Amino acid sequence: MTDTVTSTPTPAPTPPPRKSRVGGSRLAAVLRLREFPVALALILLVLITYAANPLFLSPQGTKDLLLNATIIIILAVGQAIVIITRNVDLSVGSILGLVAFGTGSLFANVPGIPIIAVFAVGLAFGAILGAINGLLVTLARVPALVITLGTLYIYRGLNNAWAGGTQYFAGDRPDEFGALSVDTILGFPIITLLAVLVVVIVAIVMAGTRAGRDLYAIGSDPDAATLFGIPVGRRVFIAFAVNGLLAGLAGVLYASRFNSVGATTGTGLELDVVAAAVVGGVAIFGGSGSVVGAAIGALLLTTITSALTALRVDKFWQQAIVGVLILAAIIIDRVASIRTARRLRMSEARDV
Amino acid sequence: MSPEPTTDVGTPPPTVLALRHAAKTFGPVVALADGTIELRAGEIHALVGENGAGKSTLVKILAGLYHPDAGEFTVDGQPVAFRTVADSKAAGISVIYQEPTLFPDLTVAENIFIGRQPKGRSGLISRARMRTEARSLFERLGVPIDPDRIAEGLSIADQQIIEIAKAISLDAKVVVMDEPTAALSGVEVDRLFAVARGLRDGGAGILFISHRFDEIFALTDRITVMRDGRYIGTHDTAAVTTPVIVREMVGRDIAQLFPKVEAEIGDAVLTVEGLSSAGVFSDIDFEVRSGEIVALAGLVGAGRTEVARAVFGIDGYDRGSVELLGRPLRPRDPQAAIDAGIGFVPEDRRKQGLVMDLSVARNATLTLRNSLARFGLINGARERAVAAEWTKRLQVKTGSQEYTVATLSGGNQQKVVLAKWLATEPKLLIVDEPTRGIDVGTKAEVHRLLSDLAGRGIAILMISSELPEVLGMADRVLVMHEGRITAQLDRADATPEAVMHAATASREHSA
Amino acid sequence: MSDPRSTETVEPTATSTVSADTTKTLRDEPRGRTGWARILLGRDAIMIYLLIATIIIAMISIPRFASPVTVGFLLLDVIPVLLIAMPMTLIIITGEIDLSVASIAGLTSALMGVLWQAGWDIGIVLVLGLVIGVLAGMFNGFLVAVFGLPSLAVTIGTLALFRGLALVVIGDNAVANFPPELTGFFTSKIGATGIPTVMIGVVLIVAVFGVILHFTPFGRGLYALGFSTEAARFVGIHVARSKFWLYVASGGVSALAGIFWTLRYSSARSDNASGLELAVIAAVLLGGVSIFGGKGSIPGVVAGVLLIGTINYALRLGRVSDVVLIIVTGTLLIASVVAPSIFDAVKRRRHDRRVRRELPQAQPSGSVSA
Repeated sequence: MTDTVTSTPTPAPTPPPRKSRVGGSRLAAVLRLREFPVALALILLVLITYAANPLFLSPQGTKDLLLNATIIIILAVGQAIVIITRNVDLSVGSILGLVAFGTGSLFANVPGIPIIAVFAVGLAFGAILGAINGLLVTLARVPALVITLGTLYIYRGLNNAWAGGTQYFAGDRPDEFGALSVDTILGFPIITLLAVLVVVIVAIVMAGTRAGRDLYAIGSDPDAATLFGIPVGRRVFIAFAVNGLLAGLAGVLYASRFNSVGATTGTGLELDVVAAAVVGGVAIFGGSGSVVGAAIGALLLTTITSALTALRVDKFWQQAIVGVLILAAIIIDRVASIRTARRLRMSEARDV
Repeated sequence: MSPEPTTDVGTPPPTVLALRHAAKTFGPVVALADGTIELRAGEIHALVGENGAGKSTLVKILAGLYHPDAGEFTVDGQPVAFRTVADSKAAGISVIYQEPTLFPDLTVAENIFIGRQPKGRSGLISRARMRTEARSLFERLGVPIDPDRIAEGLSIADQQIIEIAKAISLDAKVVVMDEPTAALSGVEVDRLFAVARGLRDGGAGILFISHRFDEIFALTDRITVMRDGRYIGTHDTAAVTTPVIVREMVGRDIAQLFPKVEAEIGDAVLTVEGLSSAGVFSDIDFEVRSGEIVALAGLVGAGRTEVARAVFGIDGYDRGSVELLGRPLRPRDPQAAIDAGIGFVPEDRRKQGLVMDLSVARNATLTLRNSLARFGLINGARERAVAAEWTKRLQVKTGSQEYTVATLSGGNQQKVVLAKWLATEPKLLIVDEPTRGIDVGTKAEVHRLLSDLAGRGIAILMISSELPEVLGMADRVLVMHEGRITAQLDRADATPEAVMHAATASREHSA
Repeated sequence: MSDPRSTETVEPTATSTVSADTTKTLRDEPRGRTGWARILLGRDAIMIYLLIATIIIAMISIPRFASPVTVGFLLLDVIPVLLIAMPMTLIIITGEIDLSVASIAGLTSALMGVLWQAGWDIGIVLVLGLVIGVLAGMFNGFLVAVFGLPSLAVTIGTLALFRGLALVVIGDNAVANFPPELTGFFTSKIGATGIPTVMIGVVLIVAVFGVILHFTPFGRGLYALGFSTEAARFVGIHVARSKFWLYVASGGVSALAGIFWTLRYSSARSDNASGLELAVIAAVLLGGVSIFGGKGSIPGVVAGVLLIGTINYALRLGRVSDVVLIIVTGTLLIASVVAPSIFDAVKRRRHDRRVRRELPQAQPSGSVSA
């Protein structure tokens, strides 16, 4: 019976033999990374295309590649934060549209406004729109899919109402603003460097701060998170607000990168963004994946378009390939988790 | 024997936590009418009561998950009112739930330290420090768990250990353990006890909830009994015996609780031979005859429900055969099982037994949906008539057949589940924890009903964790332990000791 | 320390009426309604009243609204959404979703255009258009039901895939020269009523789905499935099989919507019906289907679709810009899901307050009001 156990003040049983369950080398760990398949796909795509058409990686080619990816990378990073908490934000295309148009109209109506002020206004505007999503989702406890589908319409409608037939063109904006997406530092366009900065900062916050880790916990098991005392509502709200903020940043950059902004700017982007995150290994039901993966996913999706052109493949194949990639990402994820489960079960069985 | 707690000399140690006359209701249901608990520093205090006595509601109040409707709550003599779980934690209360609440996607180390991960010099989380701290916790506990693996797929015992590591790392002054041993094997239980004593000797107050009397008497200093949502009494463990506690828990004589009617036992209805499913159960042989109530007893996690699910076709199995009235049953096809004449009242009526948002009538006839249809369409009038008949026979108390079943109380919901299976006129009825979480009155009704059904020649396979129910109802008791049947006892031989002995078979070998 | 037992001793007689109980409730709660009251005050009925009220207001305030022309155009406009909303309702009731519907319609349209231009018989073109939709649905169904992959992610993937295939098939061409008899039929009206002739077929399809959902064993099973897969399996419902056939139906009906779209506008393009998936889902949710699954009805969804259609059409006639329409759609959608949860919260708070009044208060400060 149990009282055969001697009761000492501090239980000090024999130190256990360290069992190596880490399983394999560092290489194996890299291979198991969720970001690995998408990174491999990107590298292969770039290498194959480069082999077939060296112009693909010419300075101009690289610059175009990066410019095309910039905005979707920022959106994918924001979306990843939200998806990791087991939510989704479908309204990002509309937020981007509103902010992009707002940027255009600021430059047109407030001559001489400093660029930095425009950025501040754009980011704040995006954050407010995101916060509205967050508030509705956390207060009403209605799935984010429904709420953000609604705000997708509302924000788009507001954009239409505000813009009407008006469009603002690059000519309305100061040259320095446009130069952000033309000038390069070490071959990288400035706005791309901004996107990289965003990825790095968000990645550090998600991996290295308690609040960031809370987001993973919430997405992994929302009920357990509540039981554990994690402020689920507050964290999810902030995730939406940050996503809005990043969509706002993307909106401002959109106005720098593209010639015209109007009522329909950014329409339909939301599914591309979700697709980028999923392809990048962010689990659609939360809890795992990383913003770096989402960024690589975004880069992969935009690179495909350029690669097809470089390979002289019919450009009409682009979207179908995107679809196949998304499905491949989901299937790889599932197969990997089944294999992990089996591996863990086997090692557990040996322990018994 | 364990050393005496430091109560014999001088003043008793201070009360670290006290909850008095707490009440909590959910809609029409009174979950806790008068919850009282006083926990001293440096004691292990058992909280006992039948299922539905209000223990888990009380635990959730301590954890800050529920706000009591009434009552007085103090920690260290200061009145407290927890708004959130974080408040409870900040007050030094750590709760280990019966079902561990880990985050499957996070690593073990992160699960321990989530929300208070150690930081490095940069101000960011230091994974290295988190890892070493987790490792030293596990060394203290004497378990080899890799802090870097993700929590998904861990055994219940390991998950439990991680919860305990969490509580230790919090330096909690109150540790609540809600049936922590339910899924543990002998060695693991011993280790847990050593840890609990260590915490007590360090000055923490431990609230230990368990159904196992051997453990309670081996480990605890005092015992508080609850029944039907009320505080009944508190005793020094040394000054009380099991029968006294059982009487307080049950509140009445077991004999009159279980109106067992002797039924005529006929031929085999269900024959199970060599049923095995890797890692879940193996070599299960038994039969259930008409008019017979066979109980499947054992600890939670022994594989009882899994066997029943495999018989019914919810889950598959690797080897063996299932026959109903001599005819083999198709595996993995519940519809085939239903057609052959099996009914299954599952363990979790809210998630498995009922569709909560559908009306009483719809729920009661869900099993009959195919036979109620003519030319593919459901005959509404017949549906209502059948539902009315069965809910009346089972005396389901509801204002109307059209109310959603979610508006009914637990006992009445269980009657609807029974109704929907009785309506199929089964030859074999499997009931899994048929009286869990329902009130005393309805409990007796359910028992009478099962007895009655057996009397009419139906074979009944009953899974139950309540020993009185098993002993009171069953003609034969099969006891499972770690996926195997370890004893087969006739009614006359089925004593509490015999059943518990078989249910915890390996304890003796390992200790 | 005093003995805590002093407060309340064993009292066996009083114990059988508390705890999770059948008999004692804290005064009777309004537990639901029955019979006619249930039907007349239910969510579906409210949607229908809203629809009727909208129509009446539009008739009074917008001059040219009350005419057969209105009926014709309004119905022609809503047909694609109405059609796709039928299988979508069933799919959402089972707790899944299908975002690829509009892409299937586009793929059907593209295939029809290419085949027709290649000189195939129109009958065969129509059949093949339907077949490609069914195949697309089977593909979705296979991944979701058989493989068990999350439907949200899968159908975002096939949304891109099917639209991409449409592009591959037809590129940026448009095929417009469909047989005039056929396109004429698709815009023709029944006599002077203004009701489009194809509405007969649409009503039939709606009726079929309504009967399947509300009057067949299969339909009963879908609700159970949506609430809890476990509960459904315990009553013998074939979970994977049921879901698979729903996706096949969704593919087939989406193809019909694609055929309608192509022939109504006499134009086969790869981007036909693009973005329609969100309009369909918005209408279905507005019609009272719970995104969590397990709840919803065909009459409610039909009312939801017509409500959005009517408001859009009325506003457009009233020269309100398209802008407001989108805002109205979005606001209706959010209101329809937020309102019930606010209502519930208010009800719960009222209940809690009453409970506190009725229970003996040992120490009021011991509880925290939310």
